[in-house]
Amino acid sequence: MKLEFLSFDFDKFAQEMQNLKDKKGFDYLVTIVGEDFGPEEGLGCVYILENTKTHERCSVKQMAQTQNDTPYIPTVSNLWKVADLLEREVYDFYGIVFLGHKDMRRLFLRNDFKGHPFRKDWEFNDAYTLEDDVEPNYGLEYYLDKDGKLQCKQNKLFEADDYVINIGPQHPATHGVLRLQTVLDGETVKRIYPHFGYIHRGIEKMWEGMTYPQTLALTDRLNYLGAMQHRHALVGVIEEGMGVELTDRIKYIRTIMDELQRLDSHLLYTSCVAQDLGALTAFLYGMRDREHVLNCMEETTGGRLIQNYYRIGGLQDDIDPNFVSNVKALVKYLRPMIKEYMDVFGDNVITHNRLEKCGPMSLEDCISYAVTGPAGRASGWKSDVRKNHPYDMYDKVEWEQCTLTGCDSMDRYLVHINEMYQSLNIIEQLIDNIPEGDFYVKQKPIIKVPEGQWYYSVEGVAGEFGVYLDSRGDKSPYRMKMRPMGVSLVGAFDPMLRGQKIADLIATCAAIDVVIPDIDR
Amino acid sequence: MEVRKPHIKSIPYEEWNDNESLEKIIDELHEGGVNVVTGSLDQLINWGRSNSLWSLTFATSCCGIEFMACGCSRYDFARFGFEVTRNSPRQADLIMCAGTITHKMAPALKRLYDQMAEPKYVVAVGGCAISGGPFKSSYHVVKGIEEIIPVDVFIPGCPPRPEAIMYGMMQLQRKVKIEKFFGGANHKQNAEERELGVSNEELTFRNNLGDHRREPIVVTEVPEDFKIEEVKA
Repeated sequence: MKLEFLSFDFDKFAQEMQNLKDKKGFDYLVTIVGEDFGPEEGLGCVYILENTKTHERCSVKQMAQTQNDTPYIPTVSNLWKVADLLEREVYDFYGIVFLGHKDMRRLFLRNDFKGHPFRKDWEFNDAYTLEDDVEPNYGLEYYLDKDGKLQCKQNKLFEADDYVINIGPQHPATHGVLRLQTVLDGETVKRIYPHFGYIHRGIEKMWEGMTYPQTLALTDRLNYLGAMQHRHALVGVIEEGMGVELTDRIKYIRTIMDELQRLDSHLLYTSCVAQDLGALTAFLYGMRDREHVLNCMEETTGGRLIQNYYRIGGLQDDIDPNFVSNVKALVKYLRPMIKEYMDVFGDNVITHNRLEKCGPMSLEDCISYAVTGPAGRASGWKSDVRKNHPYDMYDKVEWEQCTLTGCDSMDRYLVHINEMYQSLNIIEQLIDNIPEGDFYVKQKPIIKVPEGQWYYSVEGVAGEFGVYLDSRGDKSPYRMKMRPMGVSLVGAFDPMLRGQKIADLIATCAAIDVVIPDIDR
Repeated sequence: MEVRKPHIKSIPYEEWNDNESLEKIIDELHEGGVNVVTGSLDQLINWGRSNSLWSLTFATSCCGIEFMACGCSRYDFARFGFEVTRNSPRQADLIMCAGTITHKMAPALKRLYDQMAEPKYVVAVGGCAISGGPFKSSYHVVKGIEEIIPVDVFIPGCPPRPEAIMYGMMQLQRKVKIEKFFGGANHKQNAEERELGVSNEELTFRNNLGDHRREPIVVTEVPEDFKIEEVKA
């Protein structure tokens, strides 16, 4: 999507955003992109919004005002709850403070980190220390006083007699290095403060110094179970910017590969849910079948996790001669196996008792917290990007968007199971009809994207995955930002789990499918 | 007697890579002579230790999934005794460092390493753990975990295939097999410790928190209504 920014007066910004939400129905905040627009323009933010009824999208650009070297913008976290974490991210990377935000702390970087690394004038520094990080036990709230001066006050994070435990960063149930600072009252969860950044690799900053073909290499290492989709979003935004027309063969193969990747990820997901709840046997069933999916992809791409298959203008190479027959055999093999997972684990009464009513979240909250993907669809939100903003072959094949209404962890599990059947349906319809043609549309040796801003999103394995590109016509991007799937999911843990038991945190975390390198980037 | 060359079933000694560094270690062990009694006991204990290496799962990113795949049906590294993974450093023999280590994570990795009991080993899995890998130019990535902790085996790849991970683990087995357990691997006291007469753990503790454990704890601000009831005889 080529972005045409709306812009408002600084003083009216909060009111206009309220209007967009209430009157025009833009109730889903896709992402907030912080950006350093250069020395003349200064720092600012780009907001991308969607109307969940009409699926219309719009974008707003807001420049920050500055006092005492501190740039500031009014918060929108009172309108869209997901903005809570997104604004903290912008604060961390750009130092823009949000007026009225209750908890301005760093989100990804250590508290003793010097400066804000995404500013263009930041001096590169990769020194580190092995000392423990000293974390503040308060969040800052900035506001303008009567004279219009920027002031701040401290908001306490914990009460004096709160019992706080850290789950992570080295914990098997958080699927990586997520850290959840959990405030407990007995066994009941009172509050969860997520801490990111334990695998923050600064990919977006590295991109700014790379040529476009170089940027591709890093996407596969985000959510390593969604390598194809991540790469798809990135090549998608670059191709849209350059106006590349793809052949049908490329579109077919990309769609099939995306769905194979989704199967791979969902198989691991169903296994891991079982493992996190203590059912190790069911875990082995899923991992056994995942190897068959990997075989199919590996014959063509050569990789098991890191595929490196898509490139700007097409694919790295043509499909393997045996690919079609192998995929057909796989589809035939997998259908009864998915039934088997349900027999072994999904329909088990213990599983139902464990997951039902666990980590509930209503449809309104899901939209406000931007819980996309299977987790949102389990609450009835028709959020599938493949339906709402079809790309490649998705509008030409017959498949259903799986939604349920249970709003809990059990339905999140069932949506994943249903989606596997849908993926198989999509693959079945396409695999016999892959048209002849080129697998690669030849590009110039040096790829440059014309000036402009684009946003392109695909349905990742756990939600919407999008890439925002701001190009100034160079051979490397001026600013590229991802919309990770996991940030909003983790942001929703707190409302989901307040009042629930601590053991339900593990079950909810398992059923919602977060992968941490995707969050931290 | 001599320290025997390590033997791994099904792969002949000559076919292993990096035999030189192993032989160098053996030569160093020979310098002091090998006692017949402890040498024989060493062989027995090392046979047991090398066939039940418990790893601390420290999977931060992609390599961790390949490590999981190793443990599952197709590759099944239970065949070699690696299947027990521990989530507590106190119970683990080695750190399987599978993934990128960032600046925020580095203190946690160091602390986990310090918490492990001797003898302990470190396996660096994947490009990121070895040198920073594709993220070498980042501002927030440690360029190889060897900057922080000593590494025994490097397994290159991005991510390494399960076969490579198993090969690396078997290289570690070979290293374990030639160690002197008695008076060697389980007693790594350095000169500083010997002089002070304190354990390694206590030293690390002191470095981090200062020597406050020796100070008596004085309770102040006792509430006025707080009375110690006398125990009736």
